[in-house]
Amino acid sequence: MAAPDPANIFSPVSTPANQIHHLSLFVMAICAAIFVVVFSLLVYAIVKFRRRADDDGREPAQIYGSNQVELAWTVIPVLIVVVLFLAAARVIHAVEDAKMPPGATEVVAVGHQFWWEFRYPGQGFVTANELHVPVSDRGHPTPTHITLMSADTDHSFWVPRLSGKTDLIPNRVNSMWIDPHETGTFVGQCAQYCGTQHAKMLLRVVVDSRADFEKWAANEKNPGAQVDTAANGRKIFESTACVNCHTIEGTNARGKFGPDLTHIMSRATVAAGAAENTKENLHLWIKDPDAIKPGCLMPAMQMSDQDIDAVTAYLMTLH
Amino acid sequence: MLDADSISKPMFVPPEGVQARPWLDRVHEWIVTVDHKKLGLMYLCYGLLFLVIGGVEATAMRIQLALPNNHFVSPQTFNQLFTMHGTTMIFFSAMPIVFGIAVYLVPLMIGARDMAFPRLNAWGFWMSALGGIILYFSWVGGSGLYGAGGAPDVGWFAYAPLTSPAFSVGHSTDYWIIGIFVSGFGSIATAVNIITTILCLRCPGMTLNRMPLLVWLNAVMAFIVLLAVSPLTAAQVMLLIDRYLGGHFFDTQAGGSAVIWMHFFWVFGHPEVYVLVLPAFAVLSEVIPVFSRKPIFGYSIMVVATLAIGFISLSVWAHHMFTVGMTSYANAFFVASTAAIAVPTGIKIFNWLGTMWGGKIIFKVPMLFCVAAVCQMLIAGLTGIMLSAAPFDWQLGNSYFVVAHFHYVILGVIVFGVFAAIYYWYPKATGRMLSERLGRWHFWLFLIGFHLTFDFMHVPGLLGMPRRIYTYDTGRGWDIWNLIVTVGVVFQALAILLWVVNVFGSYYKGEVAGNDPWNAWTLEWSTTSPPPDYNFATIPVVRSARPLWDLKHPEDPDWKYE
Repeated sequence: MAAPDPANIFSPVSTPANQIHHLSLFVMAICAAIFVVVFSLLVYAIVKFRRRADDDGREPAQIYGSNQVELAWTVIPVLIVVVLFLAAARVIHAVEDAKMPPGATEVVAVGHQFWWEFRYPGQGFVTANELHVPVSDRGHPTPTHITLMSADTDHSFWVPRLSGKTDLIPNRVNSMWIDPHETGTFVGQCAQYCGTQHAKMLLRVVVDSRADFEKWAANEKNPGAQVDTAANGRKIFESTACVNCHTIEGTNARGKFGPDLTHIMSRATVAAGAAENTKENLHLWIKDPDAIKPGCLMPAMQMSDQDIDAVTAYLMTLH
Repeated sequence: MLDADSISKPMFVPPEGVQARPWLDRVHEWIVTVDHKKLGLMYLCYGLLFLVIGGVEATAMRIQLALPNNHFVSPQTFNQLFTMHGTTMIFFSAMPIVFGIAVYLVPLMIGARDMAFPRLNAWGFWMSALGGIILYFSWVGGSGLYGAGGAPDVGWFAYAPLTSPAFSVGHSTDYWIIGIFVSGFGSIATAVNIITTILCLRCPGMTLNRMPLLVWLNAVMAFIVLLAVSPLTAAQVMLLIDRYLGGHFFDTQAGGSAVIWMHFFWVFGHPEVYVLVLPAFAVLSEVIPVFSRKPIFGYSIMVVATLAIGFISLSVWAHHMFTVGMTSYANAFFVASTAAIAVPTGIKIFNWLGTMWGGKIIFKVPMLFCVAAVCQMLIAGLTGIMLSAAPFDWQLGNSYFVVAHFHYVILGVIVFGVFAAIYYWYPKATGRMLSERLGRWHFWLFLIGFHLTFDFMHVPGLLGMPRRIYTYDTGRGWDIWNLIVTVGVVFQALAILLWVVNVFGSYYKGEVAGNDPWNAWTLEWSTTSPPPDYNFATIPVVRSARPLWDLKHPEDPDWKYE
């Protein structure tokens, strides 16, 4: 990770996050000003009006209030609230009611316990956990419009440097958009408690250059690779319960409960970002998912180590 | 009419030998009691016991999060811990404490001999108590299927459809539902009781505009309880129907709505914040004047601000739902209502400041807690303003920033207010003073611990750390902040320990308090400490908001200025 704080909300790289950032600086400036004024008054009162050691024991002047003062500290806050409301309303409108230009990339994100499904309806392929989007030029924005749905419980899509969060709620369709101005990988994670492994429902958005994105998308459209040396692993995969949950295009694996594995090796991580996508981790994940992500919905497959090796070798060919 | 004698000499001397009865008799007396003072103390003790239990749960979570990839508790246990912590602290700690203070003090402060409905008072307490016991029984009875058991793990907000039978097998969620349902009835009963008491049992001369502010704020609190707890209780019934009678209110797989549950929950959940914070404001509004030696600044505008908070609090709930995809108009409305509530809250802070201004402030322990609470309310209010701006909330919502914000309110204001109340009224309830020395240690340790924990907790939220995660990987920039947050817990735990020692030690060895140790002005200080059965031998008659001031300063009584 390049930045020391890879999900800092104050280093936005996309228009929605940027607009929120500007608003947040404005709001915080007002809050800081109020804090300095009121806190100073409080400290002054505490220091100045404490009973002295040489106190004469008489009660101080009994003041019951002052209408002028009350009016002042009612009206001034009202004015501040009006200003804050207008500033917030402007950004709400700008982000929520933005019209998508015709060239926008369409993605459907479906939240699952505890991973992300990303469908690219215009291009006809499905991937998981690592969302690829094209970089957007500030002059000629090519944003990505994300439709948000859930297959089970509530989730929330949050990649702080790209945008605020929006919930994925079953039986409801939400949406959001991003237009990242820089290439790179941006991290986030599910921000609505969704069950046992909410903590490891991590999220990556890979922002590619236009050319890289086209290249990646073209590869995603291909069916799963068929390499002869991994034929044994493929056969095991196709003849076990793996196929009930996972899809590999070009095979009989058509399951929809788990992530699409057609191009699993194009992803940097497995288990929704819980582990790096290496041979050892794949082996461990198949053998004992709870070792990486206790409470996840993938069962341990009860296969022999030999079979797992074969399946792992097969998966390693799915670029 | 009050006379000078009544505050200087005890009105009631217990007959010889009363204390010598067998302990079982005394326990029995507490169990069957309908006396508001005993019930108030039972509410308070019950709430404080659960405060410690909830605190232990929080400590376990903080140990787990102190280091990245820690293995102190399992994910399942962690989820149960935050569910139980939230549910316990709100329903079985804060609510009983708040009710305890109200039930104990309101009759004394309005010159009444008991609550309007003493038996309903007892019923309310025992229902709340039963609710807590049912919830905690889930650790034992919660497992319906093998491996599914233990305490509920759906979060204190229990969002649908995580509570549906498909995602929550076994009975742990049922214990959660029924526990809250039962205690909800207790809360509603006590709210009715408080309102009726205040409306009907004020002593002669105590018009509404002469009521102590504590009584006013508790009246508004009770109205909010009526209006907010009822929908929650209704929602629990709907959820039970979903789970057992094939209903589909919140069952998204059959066309139900998860968002409707959120509305039901937050229509309760946000007013609930004011249910808890108004009684803390009430304590500040009584203690700050006494220790500043001045009347509350702007009594009537304080009342108006309280009513305004009461009304506006009912219209802000969906600021908890800025991220669920409401229309821009709906979001804008809830920005406006949420920001608007800052105005009456601000007025309160200014009026406390105005009360201290020009006074002679005495920094005894109750006042220390109050001054800290005012400063912390200022900060909590300002982070609340930040969260009220919906787009900012899209970043901050459900992050650790929010956790820090509302703990600033709940610990920084409410718990500090409760400690102020305990140090202030303990002499009235027990007849003995709490140790000032231990109290100062308690205050400073708690203050340091509080700020270590909750100041630094804002930061990981800004760096993208969401709530309710049982662990996190290193390399996100969250490690050091989480460690500091956990270190703060040590100070808080020490402070609480000192406080427990103080409460028990002073009960036996504390300095004898007398009727009016703080030279205060409200009616509870005119009777003995502890007050006798039925509080007042003769019902007092008052002529101003500060009857004891009038008595002590016949040359310059308050009623001259009304």
